Amino acid sequence: MSLKKHILDLRKRREKVQLGGGEKAIEKQMAMGKMTARSRILALLDNESFTEYDLFVEHEARDFGMDKKELHGDGVIIGTGTIYGAPVCIFAQDFTVAGGSLGLMHARKITKIMDHALKMRVPLIGINDSGGARIQEGVNSLAGYGEIFYRNTIASGVIPQISVILGPCAGGAVYSPALTDFVFVVDQISKMFITGPSVIKTVLGEEISMEELGGARVHAEITGNAHFFAGSEMECFEQIKKLITFIPWNNTQKAKAFPPREPKFKGNIEDIIPSDPKQPYDVRDVIKAIVDDSDFFEIMEYFAPNIVIGFGRMNGQTTGFVANQPLVLAGVLDCDSSDKAARFIRYCNAFNIPIITLEDMPGYLPGVDQEHAGVIRHGAKVLYAYSEATVPKITVILRKAYGGGYIAMNSRHLGADFMFAWPTAEIAVMGPEGAANIIFKKEIDEAEDPDKMRELKVQEYIERFANPYVAAAKGYIDSVIEPSETRQLLLHAIEVSSNKNDQRPYKKHGIPPF
Amino acid sequence: MDDKKLELVDFAVTARKYKTLLTIKFANRKKYEMPNPNEIRSYIPGTIIKLKVKEGAKVKAGDTLLILEAMKMMNKVQAPFNGKVKKIYVTEGEKVPKGQVIIELE
Repeated sequence: MSLKKHILDLRKRREKVQLGGGEKAIEKQMAMGKMTARSRILALLDNESFTEYDLFVEHEARDFGMDKKELHGDGVIIGTGTIYGAPVCIFAQDFTVAGGSLGLMHARKITKIMDHALKMRVPLIGINDSGGARIQEGVNSLAGYGEIFYRNTIASGVIPQISVILGPCAGGAVYSPALTDFVFVVDQISKMFITGPSVIKTVLGEEISMEELGGARVHAEITGNAHFFAGSEMECFEQIKKLITFIPWNNTQKAKAFPPREPKFKGNIEDIIPSDPKQPYDVRDVIKAIVDDSDFFEIMEYFAPNIVIGFGRMNGQTTGFVANQPLVLAGVLDCDSSDKAARFIRYCNAFNIPIITLEDMPGYLPGVDQEHAGVIRHGAKVLYAYSEATVPKITVILRKAYGGGYIAMNSRHLGADFMFAWPTAEIAVMGPEGAANIIFKKEIDEAEDPDKMRELKVQEYIERFANPYVAAAKGYIDSVIEPSETRQLLLHAIEVSSNKNDQRPYKKHGIPPF
Repeated sequence: MDDKKLELVDFAVTARKYKTLLTIKFANRKKYEMPNPNEIRSYIPGTIIKLKVKEGAKVKAGDTLLILEAMKMMNKVQAPFNGKVKKIYVTEGEKVPKGQVIIELE
């Protein structure tokens, strides 16, 4: 063959394989309202930045007539590219090829790009759209999953790992996304579960649709398996791109700094907070009044909304925010919100992102269901995560900081570097009503008018203890500040802690309560 | 996502009530009920393979009341104390979810 012929031959081969499962299968994929694996990658990455590897890989299965089947690329596309110039490794399962089922070579391709991402210290993005294990390949397919999980674990905390669920992801396959840092789901398209509706029906006789069992909304709102929820695939890709701008390429770097910007919020920050401590407000308004450009990128918006987590920038530098949300369940800590906050704190710590905590919480959620669900061990995760974190840790107490919640929300005692409190802060062992009932029980019981006496004693307690000055007198609070000073002081705190060096004793790893 | 019912409710944490929104998960949570020791419940979802007792029968602690097949295992459900079978709530071949009352003793 002449050189020209060789090149033409290569082009022909490429064209054929790039069609994946063929035109019919692609039509079917589109009819399900889904993009193809290739178009997803191209939509997500910078224009013309995608370079594909292992295009010509073929499957190895020989049993059950599989030797006669051609599975292009073995149902997965892998490669490298950039997002806003940041290098990433990516794989996308191709549902048009044998339902994106995972066989030995399919898994080899995925582990190859994972190894590459880890070696190059760049983020890994996995797009999941697969019917599950390729049954014909038997234990080889299980081996494939296991090798992926192992790499997810080894890479955890070294490079950012992002999972995008754009189709079914069922059985063992769900555990790769579950081991990664951020999971993205799309309404009506993502389906994740361990056992599907048909098994549940056979075993239990319970009927449930895939959507109700493990659809995008379920994982975004009920299970907490998903971190980002989008209405469409394109919206989902925008979210991923935005996330990439906030995080570093790996754990030895800082996130890229952006030009500093003043918040768009123009008003009095103290006006956001009602004077009556029993009235709610949206703590996200406070965050938006503080961060650059008032741009707050919330994570897990719908799961455990009684705590708010997410990224913003302070003078251009990525900062993680953890804030109690008085608008929902009065901002209590419970099993779900503890789990949500703790994991985010550990993420920030692993990737060198300073943490700002905004505190306004009345305590832990009372209830049999909470106690029996293990609020002790879940709540302990927050203590562990804050204590363990060595990135700059700054707390602003806005209003209530009662009891265990005061300790848990990045208190001085857990190693906070800066403790600020607004003059509206109430730092006390419990709410005034509860405290007065206990401390002044005798006086109240013996009074002629116990209700009036209780009222009196509650007022007495509020005046003496429901303020930041008792804690400030002990040095537990560094500074009681005017709300309008908040942003400037936070910027200062981050600036002066940029060389923070908090050495801890050597250990293989801790034993966090999970 | 969408259409959250924006309705503030009184929400008590210790002695103070706060105005706040509830989550769907919180609103749908199961209220705790005191367990009744006379009620034998399925401890795992499965299928009732065989009933070994009839209503009115006297049973001793440890007697097998029925066989519950779950996750490919034949599980014996035993009487926790000496007593009498007051009522049987299931039939052979029936599928039961976890926590359903299957037999009441007295």
